[in-house]
Amino acid sequence: MRISVITAITAGVVASGAFAQEVAPTDVSYTEGAVEQSLTGVAGDPANGRIIVGDKGQGNCVACHMVTDLAEEVPFHGEIGPMLDGAGERWSEAELRGIVANAKIMFEDSMMPSFYKTEGFVRPGNAYTGKAADETFGPLLSAQQIEDVVAYLATLKE
Amino acid sequence: MRILTGAVMAALLSTSGAFADPVDDNLVLNEETEMVVRTAAPDHVSEALDEVMSGWLFRGTETRAMQMDDFDNPGMIFVEQGMDTWSKVDGSEGKSCASCHNDIDSMAGVKATYPKWNEAAGEVRTLQMQVNDCRTERMGAEAWKYDSGTAINMEAALASVSRGVPVNVAIDGPAQSTWEKGKEMYYTRTGQLELSCANCHEDSYGMMIRADHLSQGQINGFPVYRLKNTKLNGSHSRFKGCIRDTRAETYSPGSPEFVALELYVASRGNGLSVEGPSVRN
Ligand code: HEC
Ligand code: HEC
Repeated sequence: MRISVITAITAGVVASGAFAQEVAPTDVSYTEGAVEQSLTGVAGDPANGRIIVGDKGQGNCVACHMVTDLAEEVPFHGEIGPMLDGAGERWSEAELRGIVANAKIMFEDSMMPSFYKTEGFVRPGNAYTGKAADETFGPLLSAQQIEDVVAYLATLKE
Repeated sequence: MRILTGAVMAALLSTSGAFADPVDDNLVLNEETEMVVRTAAPDHVSEALDEVMSGWLFRGTETRAMQMDDFDNPGMIFVEQGMDTWSKVDGSEGKSCASCHNDIDSMAGVKATYPKWNEAAGEVRTLQMQVNDCRTERMGAEAWKYDSGTAINMEAALASVSRGVPVNVAIDGPAQSTWEKGKEMYYTRTGQLELSCANCHEDSYGMMIRADHLSQGQINGFPVYRLKNTKLNGSHSRFKGCIRDTRAETYSPGSPEFVALELYVASRGNGLSVEGPSVRN
């Protein structure tokens, strides 16, 4: 999966010739919790974003959020966070990008994990192994995955 | 904008939370022993919780039923194995547990007070640590590996004779600094997901996290027989799993950190009945 994502990013980069545009997790600039600038310069793919939101091994957003649009394909949606139906109406694209990248800036002390962050953790682990993080440690989602999720959320209108 | 959305969220949260509440049910063991599965929170957690609740209330009808009768509780098979070990001679001194303590019924009520400060050793000890101390110091036998099958079976046997007794661990005096350490761990957001025990078991109990119904994460029911791995599980192994699930580096069963966490989590359940071996999914 990771490999195909990287391939997708590279493909996008080649097409747009915009390699320098990928914003590193430590360089993202937040304005009141929102992020104006695309993290990649490549338009997000809502179809892939939809997969990421429901997939246990990727965003796993449904662990905490119900999404009616995914109800048929993905069983068991959690209820820790608000239902995501209508999120594309409640929030602008920049706000959605900020929430997905690091929700704790928009919502202080939020339980929502920060999906595009690499620093400041207590006892960071190597995925779900229980072992300490090693040099492969990276953000929960890649820059393009964040863009894809944002593109999908923007389609959620009530 | 923010305020409006907050209101929408609050509405969504309160309506969606309702159907996953803990059940309103009573646990009577073997149609005989009334268990306290819900009671007023002890003083030291009353700021955070009104009531403390056993994990039993958060499980499905069938899982709850299995725990109500010893013949249906698969954990009781392991209790019997622990009982056999109780009277088995082991080690250089030619002694068994029974040589010093007679019948295991003499241990009724003991499990409810552990982890507990040990004056001679100058440390807080869990029940497994105390058992190992008897083995190495009095029996001349080898210590059991923490949370290993034999150790857990013995812990379950000891828990079983305390069932119905209210958990009552001491948190003051010399145990206090260990308790404080456990408390700090409980509220520390660990791992890449930055989640603390409190995020899931204090702020969100009663809610679904994906397919799991979050309980208060109490340990009055330990050791627990889990249908998922068909064996008894120790509280430290559970802690390890929960911390691993925050994408964090965990601690090991038996580590000083988990001893402190066990004391703190046990104290949050002061007043609930000892239930081990309980049944969970
Ligand atoms: C561990 C729980 C958890 C996970 C996992 C999680 N969220 Fe959230 N999310 C929350 C909570 C709680 C809030 C409410 C904000 C707060 O903290 O007050 C929230 C808020 C949001 C909001 C704004 C709420 C609205 O109005 O719709 C969006 C959008 C959102 N999350 C998207 C996502 C996406 C996309 C993912 C996965 C990539 C995700 N969340 C994963 C817990 C979570
Ligand atoms: C990401 C969410 C999450 C976090 C963080 C978490 N847990 Fe859990 N825990 C669960 C789930 C899910 C279960 C299984 C359902 C249940 O009993 O709540 C569980 C079960 C438990 C149980 C078993 C309860 C029983 O009655 O069988 C204990 C004890 C426990 N957790 C303690 C802890 C402690 C202590 C911490 C922190 C070190 C912690 N948990 C952190 C999700 C979490």
